[in-house]
Amino acid sequence: MEWEVVIGLEIHTQLNTKTKIFSAAATAYGADPNTQACAVDLGLPGVLPVLNKEAVAKAAMFGLAVDATINDGSVFDRKNYFYPDLPKGYQISQLAIPIVEHGKLEIALEDGSTKVVGITRAHLEEDAGKSLHEDFDGMTGIDLNRAGTPLIEIVSEPEMSSAKEAVAYMKKIHSIVQYLGICDGNMQEGSFRCDANVSVRRKGEMELGTRTETKNLNSFRFVERAINYEIERQIDVIESGGRVVQETRLYDADDDSTRTMRTKEEANDYRYFPDPDLLPVKLDADLLVQLQEQLPELPDVKQKRFCNQYGLNNDDAEQISASRDMADYFEQVVKYANGEAKMAVNWVSGELSGALNQNNLEIGQTQVSAERLAQLISRISDNTISGKIAKEVFQAMWSSDKTADQVIEEKGLQQILDIGELEAIVDKVVGENPKQAEQYLSGKDKVFGFFVGKVMQITKGKANPAQVNELLKSKLV
Amino acid sequence: MALSTEDIRDIAKLAKLQINEDELDRYKQELSRILEFVEQMNQADVENIEPMAHPQDMIQPLRVDEITETNLREKFQCIAPATQDGLYLVPKVIE
Amino acid sequence: MHKLTVAQQAKALAAKEFSSEELVNHYIQRIESHDEQLNSFVTFTPEQAIENAKQADVRGKQGGILNGIPIALKDIFCTDGVKTSCASRMLDNFIAPYDAAVVTKLNQAGAVSLGKTNMDEFAMGSSSESSFYGVVKNPWDTERVPGGSSGGSAAAVAARLAPASMGTDTGGSIRQPAAFCGITGLKPTYGRVSRYGMIAYASSLDQGGSFGITSEDCAYMLQAIAGHDARDSTSVDQPVPDYVAGLNRSIKGLRIGLPEEFFQEGLDAGIAEKIQQACDVLKSLGCEIKPISLPNAKLAIAAYYVIAPAECSSNLSRFDGVRYGYRCENPKGLEDMYLRSRSEGLGEEVKRRIMVGAYALSAGYYDAYYLKAQKIRRLISEDYRAAFNQVDAVLSPTTPTTAFKVNEKSNDPITMYLSDIYTIGVNLAGLPGISLPVGFQQNLPVGMQLVSNYFEEQTLLNLGHQYQQQTDHHLQMPKEFE
Repeated sequence: MEWEVVIGLEIHTQLNTKTKIFSAAATAYGADPNTQACAVDLGLPGVLPVLNKEAVAKAAMFGLAVDATINDGSVFDRKNYFYPDLPKGYQISQLAIPIVEHGKLEIALEDGSTKVVGITRAHLEEDAGKSLHEDFDGMTGIDLNRAGTPLIEIVSEPEMSSAKEAVAYMKKIHSIVQYLGICDGNMQEGSFRCDANVSVRRKGEMELGTRTETKNLNSFRFVERAINYEIERQIDVIESGGRVVQETRLYDADDDSTRTMRTKEEANDYRYFPDPDLLPVKLDADLLVQLQEQLPELPDVKQKRFCNQYGLNNDDAEQISASRDMADYFEQVVKYANGEAKMAVNWVSGELSGALNQNNLEIGQTQVSAERLAQLISRISDNTISGKIAKEVFQAMWSSDKTADQVIEEKGLQQILDIGELEAIVDKVVGENPKQAEQYLSGKDKVFGFFVGKVMQITKGKANPAQVNELLKSKLV
Repeated sequence: MALSTEDIRDIAKLAKLQINEDELDRYKQELSRILEFVEQMNQADVENIEPMAHPQDMIQPLRVDEITETNLREKFQCIAPATQDGLYLVPKVIE
Repeated sequence: MHKLTVAQQAKALAAKEFSSEELVNHYIQRIESHDEQLNSFVTFTPEQAIENAKQADVRGKQGGILNGIPIALKDIFCTDGVKTSCASRMLDNFIAPYDAAVVTKLNQAGAVSLGKTNMDEFAMGSSSESSFYGVVKNPWDTERVPGGSSGGSAAAVAARLAPASMGTDTGGSIRQPAAFCGITGLKPTYGRVSRYGMIAYASSLDQGGSFGITSEDCAYMLQAIAGHDARDSTSVDQPVPDYVAGLNRSIKGLRIGLPEEFFQEGLDAGIAEKIQQACDVLKSLGCEIKPISLPNAKLAIAAYYVIAPAECSSNLSRFDGVRYGYRCENPKGLEDMYLRSRSEGLGEEVKRRIMVGAYALSAGYYDAYYLKAQKIRRLISEDYRAAFNQVDAVLSPTTPTTAFKVNEKSNDPITMYLSDIYTIGVNLAGLPGISLPVGFQQNLPVGMQLVSNYFEEQTLLNLGHQYQQQTDHHLQMPKEFE
């Protein structure tokens, strides 16, 4: 039996504003519990929300980047449910009229073809706080620092047909929001997380199968695994004569499986209605024009440009343009290294990325600036050092603030220019000093140093001492 | 609209209110009467009428993204039922 | 001193006839000796009041428009460091950690708060009987209710336990108790006064306003509390006129409409007569009285009792026992904590409205109830819009009856709801309204309501002031409290 899989994603993207969506409290990650939860975030009696302009601008910018409609007059609704980390007993979100609708995104598939995935909507909403389940004498601790952090929930059309496609889509969105500078993209800190709606049907069937929603997937790997698990599970259920139940499920990374969180019957009736404390959001035309002008070159365009301008192949261009910071870094390296694009791409996605990963750093925190890396590359291209030696130089640069030249100098790693040239120099030195040669041959080993010194004098230290020794020994016979 | 006992249970669950068995009947009758009363609204022809959510026809003012709130945790938590290490405590949440 | 109005007290303070400390002390003594009969205060703050009065005396002429004037605040306005209960067990232990916008403004104007007044729990009610702290009594007849929900603030001014006070009005909660207690009560335009720090009942209807002996006193109060507040997105950024200066304008030529729908069945004949007499006074001052129609007015209560409960069901979800307020003893788990904290902390009428609201918003019923109510709200609003094309103010009784007896309606929600028939449409439309004393019916005060167009509070205050120049109903006070 052949199966068809239908996947839609809801991606929760935290916007990197300084303050909350409806209050002027800070959003910085990692503060002491409840030190960034002001009266509004705590839902104290009598407080009221006031909308953050930057959150609106950032949501609109996302809309522009995915060719979407930016709704003029979007409305905030209340989504009512009780949970300890939801202070007001409702989440302010957008239901009927979201700020962004009808966008689209092109993703590259494994076979090299491309596919356009529809973006149904992206709406503004507030994040909830966090429940800490470590034991406090049998109690749960609530930290409301995150409560009120602005989010856009990006909802795709159910148009993806494999876990790989879903991940490609999610990576693309991840790349775009970082390009736009509207989200830090930090998945470990929960800045970018996703719910996956999955259903299966027999090939050729018209009607969609019953879907499940798997919540809170905060890595690309988890998304892929959870979806694959869910596809297998659903097919098993149907093939063994059962029916898939519409429900919300949780992914458990420990044993790589999903489990029921609540069924449709247990699902909340959220009683959405327009929030009377907030008014329709109008975007003035000037702001939209301004945002359009601020829109950076997006990954797809950049990738094509990298192919054309630097002669990169598609894979390299895609890899290097996935992150805007990485792409910017790459272009800097190329500039300083006199256009050595191919080498730059290899070094940025090779040694540099390796070192960053090893130290858990982002490109912005790199120990080796583009200018320093460029110098290293230049030394390869001018044959001062070999590629192999360069890796050694890079490691030394990573753990110091020395330039490539300094490291090469100190460690004497520069290559002898030409073995023939060195041999000629050695012949010359031996030929011009017959007296010392005789002394050496008669057993005065110390004289050997005299010859080495002469050779180094002539080569200005650029000769490899080991090679010089070897050559001298072969000549002084 | 006459509500059933089951309706009352469902509504109470949504609203997180505990309605005891002996109160169910009273709530059923009171709420049914209120709903019956508000159904006077059906007298009006509201076709093509735009719902009105706000008394003023205004647009949402936007706030500049600047931090002005300071940490008042101590002040806020001294009125809380239970806290520890700066966290609000609630009976164990089971997901 | 307590027979003086705010305006008179302000002049006397300026002329140093007495100090604010003396004035405040006088009211403190009155509250101590008389409030036991009324139960109009839930939190009384005499020490703080005297301290603030002393500071007002130091400020003297440098102070604001209400410098040194004692006032009372409905216990729905958050006051930093003072218990703010909304007359609910839920907030019996709630010391507000911040000031409401109105409280800040009154402080800036130099007013001195005597304390917080009793009310219907969370402002849900028309009789001030649903308070966790017990029933408030009407100073004109302590077997009767003062109206609600701002009953404590109205009773306190009627008994001259405060010269002026603050209330809130969601469906008539200032105007109806003003009528029942024989004082003046002003509900400003929605958005004129910031709602920040005013504990929400129904956010799209709630508006803070004031009680005073006279229309002039309400002008003083509005001058202090009106204005834009960036913390309330629904607060309107419009200049605040000089309300006090506008009081003495001539009202000659102002057109006053009488909605025919408000003079039909259900209206007490005695009240109709008093309203007629008041119309005659206005006519004698040059006003033009003419009939108008508000065809959808009869649907106002029905729409209100969908919209207000819907909003309140959501607004009161924050009372969950997690961060502040009441938490039940020894919860067995999270669900038990929610259920018992809310059920034990909230009173009957509040729970009833939360349930109605939750139902009206629930899946399958939203369109039939909530959406329909919002459409009717538009119809009602359009009726008023049409009326203000013809007239400058709409005149009616404030209530269909005078103050009813304690317990008379408390077991019958719908009969209680009907007592707001003339006031509720004004909140749905968001318009300003004032209730003025126009005489007595069997020794109980009768109130007349005037409604004007958006942000035309000065028209109401002007009409009220000119009317009160010709009459003395507003100066009557209950004998027991003289």
